[in-house]
Amino acid sequence: MGKEEEVFNRLVEKGVSRRDFMKFSTLMAATLGLAPAMVPEIAKAVAAKPRTPVIWLHMAECTGCSEAFLRSTYPWADDIILDVLSVEYHETIMAAAGQQAEENLHTAMATYKGKYILVVEGAIPTKNEGRYGMVGGKTMLQIVKEVAADAAAVVCIGTCSAFGGVQAAKPNPTEAKSVSEVLGKPTLNISGCPPNPVNFVATVVHFLLLGKLPDLDDKGRPLFAYGQSIHDNCPRRAHYEDGNFVKVFGDEGTMKGWCLFEVGCKGPNTFNNCSLVQFNDGISWPIGAGHPCIGCSEPNFWDDQAPFYVAK
Amino acid sequence: MGNRITIDPIPRIEGHLRIEVEVENGKVKNAWSSGMLFRGLELILKGRDPRDAPLITQRSCGVCTYVHQEASVRCIEDAVKVKMPKNAQILRNLTMAAQHIHDHPVHFYHLHALDWVDIVSALKADPKKTADLANAASNAPGQGSKDFAAVKERVKAFVESGQLGPFANAYWGHPAYKLPPEANLMAVKHYLDALRNQVKAAQLHAIFGAKNPHLQTAVAGGVTCGNYLNADRISQYLFMLREQIAFIENVYIPDVLAVAPFYLDWAKVGGCTNFLAFGEFPIGDQLWQPRGWIKGKELKALPVDPTKITEDVKHGWYKDSPPAHPYQGVTDPLDGITLDKNGQLESEGKYTFLKAPRYEGASCEVGPLARTLVSYVAGHKETKDVVDLVLKTLKVGPEALFSTLGRTAGRAINCLVIAKQAEKWCLDLIENIKGGDAKSYEAWQFPAGEAEGMGLADVPRGALGHWIRMKDGKIDNYQQVVPSTWNLGPRDEKGVLGPVEEALIGTPIADPKKPLEVLRTVHSFDPCIACAVHVIDPQTNEVHKVRAL
Repeated sequence: MGKEEEVFNRLVEKGVSRRDFMKFSTLMAATLGLAPAMVPEIAKAVAAKPRTPVIWLHMAECTGCSEAFLRSTYPWADDIILDVLSVEYHETIMAAAGQQAEENLHTAMATYKGKYILVVEGAIPTKNEGRYGMVGGKTMLQIVKEVAADAAAVVCIGTCSAFGGVQAAKPNPTEAKSVSEVLGKPTLNISGCPPNPVNFVATVVHFLLLGKLPDLDDKGRPLFAYGQSIHDNCPRRAHYEDGNFVKVFGDEGTMKGWCLFEVGCKGPNTFNNCSLVQFNDGISWPIGAGHPCIGCSEPNFWDDQAPFYVAK
Repeated sequence: MGNRITIDPIPRIEGHLRIEVEVENGKVKNAWSSGMLFRGLELILKGRDPRDAPLITQRSCGVCTYVHQEASVRCIEDAVKVKMPKNAQILRNLTMAAQHIHDHPVHFYHLHALDWVDIVSALKADPKKTADLANAASNAPGQGSKDFAAVKERVKAFVESGQLGPFANAYWGHPAYKLPPEANLMAVKHYLDALRNQVKAAQLHAIFGAKNPHLQTAVAGGVTCGNYLNADRISQYLFMLREQIAFIENVYIPDVLAVAPFYLDWAKVGGCTNFLAFGEFPIGDQLWQPRGWIKGKELKALPVDPTKITEDVKHGWYKDSPPAHPYQGVTDPLDGITLDKNGQLESEGKYTFLKAPRYEGASCEVGPLARTLVSYVAGHKETKDVVDLVLKTLKVGPEALFSTLGRTAGRAINCLVIAKQAEKWCLDLIENIKGGDAKSYEAWQFPAGEAEGMGLADVPRGALGHWIRMKDGKIDNYQQVVPSTWNLGPRDEKGVLGPVEEALIGTPIADPKKPLEVLRTVHSFDPCIACAVHVIDPQTNEVHKVRAL
């Protein structure tokens, strides 16, 4: 039995139909910009054993990125957690507490030295030697450096770990920094506040499939997702060209779905694939709900793109 | 001096929490709750456009992700004196309702269940008997013996892989786990089902919210999504809501009722004395769930005056100042966390980034139990009916609600009551649109000079307040007093313990190396620490007039 068939059979046992499975593989291939021939390869990659170990650290953050990850469909979060990855440490979902949780972290670091993917959620407070954030008696600054030292790859999920995020907005009271600034080396950045889980999962699949990270832009973001602006692919783009703008929320333009540029939309300055994949399995996205894009996948957007309801 | 146990990190919560307890003769004698992260969002808000505050404060928490946006929008609306149109009020209520519908089952299954459910024991279960148990408990579909056998196989394969991931090194086999293997297997299946279901609940949230987490739809004056006031979107909400109601009625509530009889001891421990609820779901100028507070476990709801809220910093890493109303608080963060030479917190001194909020000087529990109790004693019919049914089924009196188990049951009750009401609001929205009302936003201007406003809400984790002062269209001062600060805050200057500290006293501990029982009570509060930690700035002006929605 071929490997992909084996995976497929496993999924069928869990109630996943062939249609669902193909939807996942096709979505991943489309998101990554791969040829349709690669679809079976994706099936092989997610069946790899042992499952790829992941250590997920929570730093100065709000857990919105973990929550976003849990919204993943095709594969669903339970598939990823139980069948694709081995999530060795993740404070929001793990059963172990306190000392036992710390043991799990250290065991994973030793057992999978040089082989684990480190996912970081949140920025790193650095003021006063990092004493604005501690876990298990160590500062976040110490922890991220220790865990990153032996990681195969460091993936920053969300704008906070990628670029500093909200706590790093002026006047940055805790001198919060991005992981890359703290480590002094580049990281792979899945920015967004929070990012679309599709982009995180597609990056993981790329890594499992090809054994390397995807091509990145100059800000460390995968080009397959962040290569074009929101504006480039916006379904309201024609209204921009025609000069049809929402002037005040609730007006005629709101009801007709006109362009939000004049109420502050930052789509032209924002690189992400929101207009193509939307959120929550395509239910909606900010511009679809008549709200201007706030530019949340760009560095320093809390300062540079604000005020959010004013055209810039 | 008892045996000191530190649990850091506390997992399965939002944020960074450390709990220390002192155990003597097998029971918790003293407890300290510490928030271990400071981000300083209020300092960041200063000088910004007030309209950006709902987006910034929302980043307090990505779990209860809509609630700060809503409270923030309310405080701005209060300050600039704008009243949103009816359609916007209903859409915002539906969005808040979806927050509850998502949050409470996720808490029960993914953050709390593993304190009560032993996954390893599930491997000994008989799938057929499990199916019998499940079918006796509810009408949920997909509860055949083959379904349970498949889950058992999946767990077995996972365990045999040797890569236990998030389930490694937990307290499996602990004597405080009381469920038989079949109940454990049923719960493990529902843990997985609920993981899928929460994706759909988040989709419900995104229908009018644009996305989840971190919605973008509510703005002072109404909502941005006037284009969604159509049959297509509303029916999508209604039908997805019905799926969620089915899950709550057929899985969540039956599971609470099936598990509770094995843990009735926990209806006697973990309780608090005072409860505060701000009330929620504005309908016109009224609140659907009542505002009130309960003093000394007396089954009577007292009126709430928001000017009686104070915060105390005696045990927080802030410069000392007397307890004060949020508008008069004078607070400066110190240089960060301080530990003694053994790496321990200075439990007699400052030990947390959380402050100690008090109402009339009383330490109050907030959250679903407070909401359920206040509604129950105020005679809120929808709540009372479900509470009475639950109490009757478990054969206990209302006093059982003042406990860890009561808190967990109160959350489920609250979830069901809100979800069913949301269906009615959906129908109200349809009627309103049919009548020709298409308005979704009321335009407004910043007043010249100074303006102040308060936004109160009662959100999944409890009473939430935002206070804004603006000057010439810029934020001059902004404060949040959030649910987890009420619940997880420290002692005050009089030595009165915070609610979770109070609740932990007397908790039995079978094995100090595996303090499972502590996790049960701490998790029953559904701590959400990122938003609980904040700083309040020096300010001089008092608020004279506040309107709360």
